[in-house]
Amino acid sequence: MFIRSLMSAAIFAASVSCAWAGDISGAGATFPFPIYAKWADAYKKETGNGLNYQSIGSGAGIKQIKAKTVTFGATDAPLKADDLEASGLEQWPMVMGGIVPVVNLAGVKSGDLVIDGPTLAKIYLGTITKWNDPAIKVLNSKVNLPDLAIAVIHRADGSGTTFNFTDYLSKVSPDWQSKVGESTSVEWPVGIGAKGNDGVANNVAGTNGAIGYVEYAYAKQNHLTYADMVNKDGKTVAPTVEAFQAAAANADWAKAPGFYLILSDQPGANSWPMTAATFILMYKKPADVAASNDALKFFAYAYDKGAQMAKDLDYIPMPDNVIALVKKAWAADIQQK
Amino acid sequence: MTATAIEEAQTARSLPMDRARALGRLKFADGGFRWMTLLSALLVLILLVGVAISLFIGSWPAFKTFGFGFFFSDAWSPPKERFGAAAAIYGTLVTSIIAMLIGVPVGLGIAVFLTELCPPALRRPIGVAIELLAGIPSIIYGIWGVYYFKPVMQAYVQPFIIGTFGAIPGIGSLFAGPPLGYGVLTAGLVLAVMILPFVTAVSRDVFETVPAVLKEAAYGVGATTFEVVGNIVIPYTRVGVIGGVMLALGRALGETMAVTFVIGNATKISASILAQGTTISAMIANQFADADPGLFTSSLLALGFILFIITFLVLAAARWMLARLEVKA
Repeated sequence: MFIRSLMSAAIFAASVSCAWAGDISGAGATFPFPIYAKWADAYKKETGNGLNYQSIGSGAGIKQIKAKTVTFGATDAPLKADDLEASGLEQWPMVMGGIVPVVNLAGVKSGDLVIDGPTLAKIYLGTITKWNDPAIKVLNSKVNLPDLAIAVIHRADGSGTTFNFTDYLSKVSPDWQSKVGESTSVEWPVGIGAKGNDGVANNVAGTNGAIGYVEYAYAKQNHLTYADMVNKDGKTVAPTVEAFQAAAANADWAKAPGFYLILSDQPGANSWPMTAATFILMYKKPADVAASNDALKFFAYAYDKGAQMAKDLDYIPMPDNVIALVKKAWAADIQQK
Repeated sequence: MTATAIEEAQTARSLPMDRARALGRLKFADGGFRWMTLLSALLVLILLVGVAISLFIGSWPAFKTFGFGFFFSDAWSPPKERFGAAAAIYGTLVTSIIAMLIGVPVGLGIAVFLTELCPPALRRPIGVAIELLAGIPSIIYGIWGVYYFKPVMQAYVQPFIIGTFGAIPGIGSLFAGPPLGYGVLTAGLVLAVMILPFVTAVSRDVFETVPAVLKEAAYGVGATTFEVVGNIVIPYTRVGVIGGVMLALGRALGETMAVTFVIGNATKISASILAQGTTISAMIANQFADADPGLFTSSLLALGFILFIITFLVLAAARWMLARLEVKA
């Protein structure tokens, strides 16, 4: 009896350790974590191969892959071509999404409020401090804006979402570009720092008069009030999958070395101004070829069969021509034997 | 251990074993024990020196690049690679001072009440509650701070403070700004609650060591309770009380999560204590995982080194104070 239970325990332990050894390991951006988790779930059901993804932030993801502790790194802030060259990494876009401004104002519902890039930059620079500021009033003649201080919420940790957000503000506001600039973490002139997309979502939800920026899926899941935006063509757009797609359609991936492309402030009447892609990093000459191949198989599965799952979570799948380009790059660059 | 070994040796006397060998074995065991304890003690020293050295090596690039300016600059811009520790040092010290200003008097008050005035039936429940308060993990204080305390600060306390003191010329700027809930004052108040049990638990224990005869003598000559506490209890126990206060200060200086939740994480110095700020440990917790290697990481390590020095100075000051008190006594 005792021996039998011991044996079954040993078998159980062995099977667990086997399953663990087969897992694909990755770390990085929090922005795509919900969709990676969903793909991994479906992939595990189909193949039995799991994914161990730690959503620790883009900067940390880059650190981990450079330290070779994971098979792939994930980042929202793409590495430039020369950095990729120097570290022997291959980079490609995996999925796209939108960043939305979220607010907490009594009586204001999603879509009531409109904001444009320069005004958003001024709010984050601290030159606009009240909700009834003329600059906001001009854009929102129908909304009853209170005489309330704006509580600016931003990320306290390094973040790819911040990179894309500040990149957009730099494009639309010369003031922002010279005073703050764009990076995964910047010197915020004003505001309250919160950790992670979740932290920003929670702080906005819990603070009267707050404004923040989060990935669209987080805004939706937390039932936050989002604002519409004025895009590069001067049109007011709501954050929808169609608007994200319109921005993504303009992107010319074929001419971007290392797939380095930032999708903010794209032209087009329907384009959402704060659209962003998220990227995967892997070694061209992996230390563990088998693990690297496993990861590539997972990404191929996500490209081929994951489009609908991405749409379900309000991400935008990569267009077919980009997927073809990426697969060509894999075959040419990544050692698979 | 030695006692049982001797017994063993005595019962073994009937066996053919000579006395010298038994004693030799004891001596060997004793020597081994001494070496083990010595090694353990040395290990602590080695660890301490190792931490200090590795922190210093890691922070050297930052100190070399920014020089002494690092201590006085409140810049913190990763894209421009300009870093300074002033904002974090300022936030660390101000939150700790606020916490001590409130936590120490209230904590001592509770301890006096518990030992001198409390009806015996209440003494135990309150004492246990204080000890439980000390055992709550700091992350729980953080959650409480964000979900319950911060909204109260934003809706009631801060508007009241701004309305009452904000217009006074001079000190008004200390209490200026929009009531956002998050800020240095909120963090200081949460810290005050966190250090309260340390102050209370230690001072209650030392207050109980005051000989009853001293207190009774004072009461006998007509002293009030306040006079007894001020002239007998506190002077008799000041060494222990200072120890408890320093323990509390140590916790306030290094506290990370609860502060990060409510301080607002703004890397600059504001005149107002209602404004957002940051502390050394909050900065490291927020940014270390993501920091680029190079000046950014080095500057964060430098912050860690500075916190190390501050805690060291606090401990040294406490020792110096205690030594002076002992000379006087």
